[in-house]
Amino acid sequence: MRFLPHTKEEITSMLRDVGADSLDDLFSQVPRECRRDAPMVLPAPTTEWELNEQVKEIADMMEVQPDFNVLIGAGSYDHHIPAIIPALTSRSEFLTAYTPYQPEMAQGTLQGIFEYQTLTARLLGMDVANASIYDGASALAEALLMGIRIAKKKRKVAISRAVHPHYRQVVETYFRPTEFEVVEIPYLSDGRTDLSGLSAEDELAAVAIQSPNFFGVIEDLASAAEKIHGAQAVFITCFTEPLAYGLVKNPGSCGADVTCGEGQSFGIPRSFGGPGLGMFACLEKYVRSMPGRLVGQTTDLEGKRGYVLTLATREQHIRREKATSNICSNQGLCAMTAGMYMACLGGSGIRELSRLNYDKAEYFKKELTRAGAEITFSSPTFNEFVVGFPKRFKSAAGRLKKKKIIAGLELDTYYPELEGKYLFCVTETVGREVMDAVVREVKK
Amino acid sequence: MKEINELNLPEDLHYTKDHEWVKIESETALVGISDYAQDQLGDIVFVEMPEVGDEFAQGEEFGALESVKAVSEIYLPLGGEIVEVNEDLVDNPELVNQDSYNNWIVRIRPNDLQELDNLLTVDEYLDILNG
Repeated sequence: MRFLPHTKEEITSMLRDVGADSLDDLFSQVPRECRRDAPMVLPAPTTEWELNEQVKEIADMMEVQPDFNVLIGAGSYDHHIPAIIPALTSRSEFLTAYTPYQPEMAQGTLQGIFEYQTLTARLLGMDVANASIYDGASALAEALLMGIRIAKKKRKVAISRAVHPHYRQVVETYFRPTEFEVVEIPYLSDGRTDLSGLSAEDELAAVAIQSPNFFGVIEDLASAAEKIHGAQAVFITCFTEPLAYGLVKNPGSCGADVTCGEGQSFGIPRSFGGPGLGMFACLEKYVRSMPGRLVGQTTDLEGKRGYVLTLATREQHIRREKATSNICSNQGLCAMTAGMYMACLGGSGIRELSRLNYDKAEYFKKELTRAGAEITFSSPTFNEFVVGFPKRFKSAAGRLKKKKIIAGLELDTYYPELEGKYLFCVTETVGREVMDAVVREVKK
Repeated sequence: MKEINELNLPEDLHYTKDHEWVKIESETALVGISDYAQDQLGDIVFVEMPEVGDEFAQGEEFGALESVKAVSEIYLPLGGEIVEVNEDLVDNPELVNQDSYNNWIVRIRPNDLQELDNLLTVDEYLDILNG
């Protein structure tokens, strides 16, 4: 198979047509200092088995191997992926990252995305969900920009400090070149966001909080809705762990206007941190301000049910600089995977799995407390929590690593005020013996 | 699509080059889009309107019309305050296609009627349409 699309003859012929003598001549518009003139130093060609060996050598250098028990979530969760998911997603009909434009060619994919949207909207308790966007972090940035579109004249948005630090960084990146301002809201000693200072005078277009938040703490969304709507701002909630909504009240039933987050938990491997899945939903009255693509159900000329992209007139290929967002695609395969996962577990399956995650985390919290550790935040949590230890935990963590257990995430990098505190996560895949091994190290 | 000689273009209105019209009614004025504009847009499915009390300068964008093929901004022919929006269009945006003159979009209180001098008569508007 030839991987280079153009032969020398074709290149020469094209250069002749545009009136350039050589490739260098063609690129003469690019300033010289931006052009690479040194030859590319690439390794010699190798066989496929030699290449596999090289990749394996690199993989073996990883301190944490696939057989480790990683008790860290922090936005990426180790959930079991039922065998039916890879079997279905590897079908060639589904293998595309893109939303299909041609309904006459792509009824199957469009129906799959429509079902994903339906299941997402139900899980989150919202009217409409889009066909997905890139990941949880960019979804939150898009949601805040959407808040600005809804509020029209306001120029400021607020975001809780208990929102995932990476998400806040992505929001900063999106907002830096704009005229809009992002302010941070502190959290209380119980781990929940402190909304007491909020008022209409703040002129906030939107306020975003995460639940369960980065500390695993379940926010009081209903009372947050009251305070945020009282301040005449759009209420945005985000999440990194949508499985929580099998057990805790979903954002829609608590009064959220827009909700978005990461869908990696739903059948998508953690891989090397990606790809993720940006789940995004809102109330129907805001659908025309929503970024991304939307698949709708309709009937064809013969009265048969069919699926098409809808509300596409607000996308950038039609509306240019006035488009609602520059998101013109979606995470096709990841959305399809999450749709399959939700359909495969069903409402009761998601509830049971959610319960299992919660119960394991509660067991772990209880045992750690009995061993002398202290749960930092008193608010209820889902499958993650922050813990402090009676003495320095570093050496215990080192010993556990030798037993192939990665015991928690040190928080001081992200929250200097939480120095010495660790964020732990346990999902259904973590056995009791693993938790007990950590508890024994704490007792030592 | 209609031919230019098939268009309904009332004489008593002032037009803009962006295909809006304004009709002065004593203290206030009605604003809508021309027959040409509704014909070009095709089936209108949503009218995005400002809120009562919003103020705009002459030529400023005050809303948008969404048809099955595009979203087009609408610009205020005269600077002023929005005193009423046509609520009928919320559930029946297609009324604009049926009759784009009786189905006005907003009622405004103009700031300065001198601004009418910047608008087009029906003949001047026709000249633009004829290119």
